[in-house]
Amino acid sequence: MLRRNLAALALAALAGFAPFWTSAARAQGGGGQPVELQFWHGLAQPLGGQLEGVVAAFNESQNRYRIVPTFRGSYPETMVAAIAAFRANAAPHLVQMFEVGTGTMMAAGRAVKPTHELLSEAGVQVDFSDYLPAVRGYFQTNDGRQMSMPFNSSTAVMYWNKDAFRRAGLDPETPPKTWRELEDAARKLKAAGVACPYTTSWPGWIQVEQVSSIHDQPLASLGNGFGGLGAELKVNNPLMVRHMDNLIRWQKEELFRYGGRDAAADGLFPNGECAIATLSAGARSRITREAKFQWGTAMLPYYDDVPGAPRNSIIGGASLWALNRGPQGGRSAEEWRGLAEFFRFVSQTDVAAKWHTDTGYVPLTRAAYEKVKASGYYAQTPGADVPIEQLLRGGEMTENTRGIRLGGYVEIRNIIQEEMEKAFQGQGSGQAALAAITTRGNQVLRNFERQSR
Amino acid sequence: MQRRVIFNGTALPLLLLAPQLAVTAVFFLWPAGVAVYQSVLQQDAWGLRTEFVGLRNFAEVFADPDWRAAAWNTALFSAAVAGLAMGAALVLAVQADKSIRGARAYRTLLIWPYAVAPAVAAVLWLFLFHPSIGLIGRALNANGIPWDTRLNGGQAMALVVLAAAWKQVSYNFIFFLAGLQAIPKSVLEAAAIDGARPVRRFWTVVFPLLSPTTFFLLVVNLVYAFFDTFGTIHALTGGGPGKATETLIYKAYVEGVQNTNLGSSAAQSVILMVIVVALTMVQFRFVERRVHY
Repeated sequence: MLRRNLAALALAALAGFAPFWTSAARAQGGGGQPVELQFWHGLAQPLGGQLEGVVAAFNESQNRYRIVPTFRGSYPETMVAAIAAFRANAAPHLVQMFEVGTGTMMAAGRAVKPTHELLSEAGVQVDFSDYLPAVRGYFQTNDGRQMSMPFNSSTAVMYWNKDAFRRAGLDPETPPKTWRELEDAARKLKAAGVACPYTTSWPGWIQVEQVSSIHDQPLASLGNGFGGLGAELKVNNPLMVRHMDNLIRWQKEELFRYGGRDAAADGLFPNGECAIATLSAGARSRITREAKFQWGTAMLPYYDDVPGAPRNSIIGGASLWALNRGPQGGRSAEEWRGLAEFFRFVSQTDVAAKWHTDTGYVPLTRAAYEKVKASGYYAQTPGADVPIEQLLRGGEMTENTRGIRLGGYVEIRNIIQEEMEKAFQGQGSGQAALAAITTRGNQVLRNFERQSR
Repeated sequence: MQRRVIFNGTALPLLLLAPQLAVTAVFFLWPAGVAVYQSVLQQDAWGLRTEFVGLRNFAEVFADPDWRAAAWNTALFSAAVAGLAMGAALVLAVQADKSIRGARAYRTLLIWPYAVAPAVAAVLWLFLFHPSIGLIGRALNANGIPWDTRLNGGQAMALVVLAAAWKQVSYNFIFFLAGLQAIPKSVLEAAAIDGARPVRRFWTVVFPLLSPTTFFLLVVNLVYAFFDTFGTIHALTGGGPGKATETLIYKAYVEGVQNTNLGSSAAQSVILMVIVVALTMVQFRFVERRVHY
């Protein structure tokens, strides 16, 4: 009996190793077997399934490479898993990394294979000039070289509840354009008995990063960190102080409700609790599914007395990074080539257009945008083009509107949320919160600079 | 009185100890050693650039006001969890020890929560106390008690204490019940004949005789509050709002896993290790003296 159990155990152990052997053998690519490439992503259902659909379409389209997608948890979890795997010399070929991690990836040195290098070595052409500037710029070096492959990009927009607007005597077809108009609308909504006139998800991304970009204000020096690791936070500026004080005041007057960190407030709009909400453009499908009232999509509010405002918003979402196997490198030219082919595949107009309409992420290229526009999609789903128009708004991007390129930004974004929470608890003014964000954030930046030398 | 078994030679005892020693080495000594080593290094997330920095990581941890705040949170949290979990368990054990109809069923039901995984238990509590979807959270708000664990640090702390203590009540209950049943009935009867009322009997006879159990549980509960409540805090508050529910173990996690700051995280883990070793030693040296066996 015992012996049989031992034998079974030994068999099971062997079986556990078997996939390892075969995948190692397959990576050689010999004998007509496709080269297997591991792809770790951080998208839960239903988006994860749609991503896996794109991969399946690529695998169908040719037979030299086979990409194996694996869900590794949330974006931060995927990032940490990839880093740990790299340290153990078992990194995936491709990892989906959220935009917050971009600074960390840029400074990763030989851990990553820059996309421009990957494509030119494989002789594969991708026309990045057709990509939306806000999308490609976020993942480029200061001199315009593409470091990672844009894939799923969103931005933040404002949703409003038309039924609630009607009840409050507001014009349901005219959403507030500026923060002042939003305050007025919130007051009327409150007077009409709406318990939560306005809320926001992603407090750091929407109330600090987006507000800075839309008003062309620097979030950090050296062009928001694009210019090097020596950048310092610049959020303690008059515009941010004004905005933070407004939020604190609105919260006290119950015009604004803090709904929690990250996407925690997403549910407060479709359930009808909050009448106005600034959320990710990606919340659209959930609202469509759950909201039992009429609603609309509009651009984020701005302060109309700030010269130059409004400009483009910045993106959120993630891009694809090619990774080395471990500190000793260890990828074959054939493996890199497979990734280059996949990058070309996702940049095709048809694929990009389908990805956009399936998921609600913005179209990556102008060609895809034009194609979807020509198909009449935006006429059928009003508001679906608002995020794109907002990303293209205001002409040429400036160094304040390209995005954020700060090492350790995952931590800094949490610091921003923590200090905002403290301010909303009544522990201090907007100025105090921003000063604390600056001090604590700069510590993170200096620490990161020291580590990355 | 003790019977001592003497082995001839050292091979057999070593062989018999080997599995336990191997487990200790692989799962305790090795990771702890790596943590100590990592705590004197500065390293980037990818492990590509490493520099020896001596005790700088420790100096920075001690200088960090957030770490000191987390230490204070931990003291408060551990005391509250241990007190609440042991107090509630003792009351329940005393009640379940009475000869009542269906006592066995009560006992079984009281032991159940121990089988629930910490994160699952936390989600259950979240469903009860969430300000906008929770049963109790909504009821509180509807009755004019502003309840919002997303912004009120005190309420968030109360919630994690409650959830963490609830998990531990079952464990304490089992030990208290066993302790109560081990108390000889004759002692209690003698006290009763001498005219001691039930409350007096409890405090002068039962409670002192329970003290070994209480002492053991105090150690176990403090260690639980220090180390095993990570899942509860993670699922309920994520350390927030602000840093109101961030304990030392949670901070070490955030620093190491979320912020990929391994040097600092390792230094914090080493400090935690020292704190817990010291706590346990103090308990065994001083508290144990006053325990009746």
